[in-house]
Amino acid sequence: MRDQFIDNELQLARTSGTSRLVTLEALERGASARIVSVDWDRLAPEEGARLRALGIDEGACIGMAHRGVFGGRDPLAITVGRMTVAIRRIHAAAMEVEPL
Amino acid sequence: MNASRTAALVGNPNAGKSALFNALTGARQKIANYPGVTVERKAGRVVLPSGESVELIDLPGAYSFDPTSPDEEVTRKVVHGQFEGEATPEVLIVVLDAANLEQHLVFAQEVIALGRPTVVALNMVDLAERDGLVLDPAALASSLGVPVVPTVAVRRRGIAELIDAIAKAETKVEPGEPHERPHLTLPERRLAATNIAKAAILSESTEHRLHAGLDKVLLHPWIGPVILFGFLFVVFQAVFAWATPFADGLESLIGAVSDWVVATFPAGIPRDFVTQGILAGVGSVVVFLPQIVILFAFILAMEASGYMARAAFLMDRMMQSVGLSGRSFIPLLSSFACAIPGIMATRSIADPKDRLTTILIAPLMTCSARLPVYAVIIAAFIPQTKVGPSGFAFIGLQGLVLFALYVAGIVGAMAVALVLRRSVTKGQESGFIMELPRYQLPHLGDLLIGLWQRAWVFLRRAGTIIFTVTVVLWILLSFPRAEPGQSQVDASIAGQLSKGLAVVVEPIGFNRDIALALIPAMAAREVAVSSLATTYAVDAPEDDEAATEAGLASQLSARWSLPTALAFLAWFVFAPQCLSTIAVVRRETNGWKWPVFMLGYLFALAYIFAGLTYWTAVALGL
Repeated sequence: MRDQFIDNELQLARTSGTSRLVTLEALERGASARIVSVDWDRLAPEEGARLRALGIDEGACIGMAHRGVFGGRDPLAITVGRMTVAIRRIHAAAMEVEPL
Repeated sequence: MNASRTAALVGNPNAGKSALFNALTGARQKIANYPGVTVERKAGRVVLPSGESVELIDLPGAYSFDPTSPDEEVTRKVVHGQFEGEATPEVLIVVLDAANLEQHLVFAQEVIALGRPTVVALNMVDLAERDGLVLDPAALASSLGVPVVPTVAVRRRGIAELIDAIAKAETKVEPGEPHERPHLTLPERRLAATNIAKAAILSESTEHRLHAGLDKVLLHPWIGPVILFGFLFVVFQAVFAWATPFADGLESLIGAVSDWVVATFPAGIPRDFVTQGILAGVGSVVVFLPQIVILFAFILAMEASGYMARAAFLMDRMMQSVGLSGRSFIPLLSSFACAIPGIMATRSIADPKDRLTTILIAPLMTCSARLPVYAVIIAAFIPQTKVGPSGFAFIGLQGLVLFALYVAGIVGAMAVALVLRRSVTKGQESGFIMELPRYQLPHLGDLLIGLWQRAWVFLRRAGTIIFTVTVVLWILLSFPRAEPGQSQVDASIAGQLSKGLAVVVEPIGFNRDIALALIPAMAAREVAVSSLATTYAVDAPEDDEAATEAGLASQLSARWSLPTALAFLAWFVFAPQCLSTIAVVRRETNGWKWPVFMLGYLFALAYIFAGLTYWTAVALGL
């Protein structure tokens, strides 16, 4: 009950800002965004470390280059700087981004 | 020459280290394993302008000294001189992807901060130019405080300059103890990397990004997978079609040698040993070298061009549905050539359960050692006709059957993975995080070095394991000598042994000759072919040279029924008939538990599917 309340409050706080935050998972192909926050607890520790090593971290600007095969939405290919990195939806769902 | 002088290549994955290693050392390389861990150690020699030589090692790619994989652990330990039995490299050569500086400089700073003699190879400057980047190596050198040499390893550009820089770095006198620099956190290093990269970039435009355009097509959600499957189909057709003239050439060469031996030496057991044992046995395996080389050529080209990572991306969704990831695709694809490099390639899979599952299903991928078996049976029993929709019959039936056998292995592997991930290797679903490197045209020399190394491994197997087994089998088959009127095979020790096994495999349509071939084929699958060749050569009457010369294929089609042949094919889709693979699985899983498990489940599957094939074929009246 209380968790739900906090979630609602957070949601409200986010949407009331000047720009709307979405998860990276929701980003469409061709869109760019800045990573605002990452819920590292939702990711396996090694996977979090690997993402950070590749520069996929809070503050990074990323682009959604490709997503899915055969009509699915998984996996994703995102651009970070001049690099393209394949990740899964499950990782993208843990990241909050601000569309640019 | 002082053998202890060493240098090491360090850098991120996809910085082009292997190509640079080839360019610096040439084809003379030593490939081994680091003791105690399952990471490949590549070493070679670089000749300096002074004529001295330095041992160069190619360290596994790493993103930082904070390891997230066994590969990165090895790199960290070797560079820090903490790896037992490995000399601390005197010179570190940091390899950077010129087109991806802000990423690669993060780890480079960590290496340079060690304060050891360091040279930076600013690699792939041609790809950076293609991407519209103009760089200033001098600015980079002054920011980093170490010499920077622009290189294009795959085109062998900048190599002499790099060797000069290595020689100078090595002779540089160290002022006392290496000074400790303040330890920076990852975000601090990342910020510094961005600033250093900015200072080194003279101009940039994002227009000519070839790989983005290629990816639009090759990673297209619908077109991409179709291209991949089409490509794989072409590969398998090519393996069969292109190799034929070379295989025929090798075959006639072996035949000519055999004829010469028969004509030159007096009849007797030594001559029989050479012609029926060595030449018939080892020869019938070496004949398949062209096919293996062609398959490896495609796999190496896919790796070097950057398409392999795209294949992993396209396959990830499918692998996810059986509880694996696209990362497993590369080891599994390598297993089409040989399960051993495939199983060793699973080291790049971080998740242990994922890795174990991939190891256990790798032998189901049709390796090149099975090609000789398939090829002989297909040639003997499948007509060389074209099939297809009426009027468009352009698909070779033989190639189609081969393709179906590969598909059977893949489907079997997927089904087994699904079951394993829900039972013995149950665990958290693994992820898929992988850099997609830039596309580039592979260097022919690099491909040839890779091909040579792999062909050599195969020939060494032919010269050792297969040779030994062939000789032992010939002895088992030739003694005791048959009484007049008795078949030599029946009289031999192997003939007696196989009678027991024949009882077990009789229900699935296998005859005594197959039972006889299955025993030595435990050493290596392709021995099944050579032992069948030996069996039938031995069985031919002493003076009937025509029988010896007649191809194994025609011997088989005369002696086996079609259901037996099909059951034999089905057996080899699943059977774990390779002692080397089992040895590698034991090493990679640190114990006997998993290799024994693998043996058990694969033999059970092989027996069941060979049986099903035989009974179905008999019921259909084939």
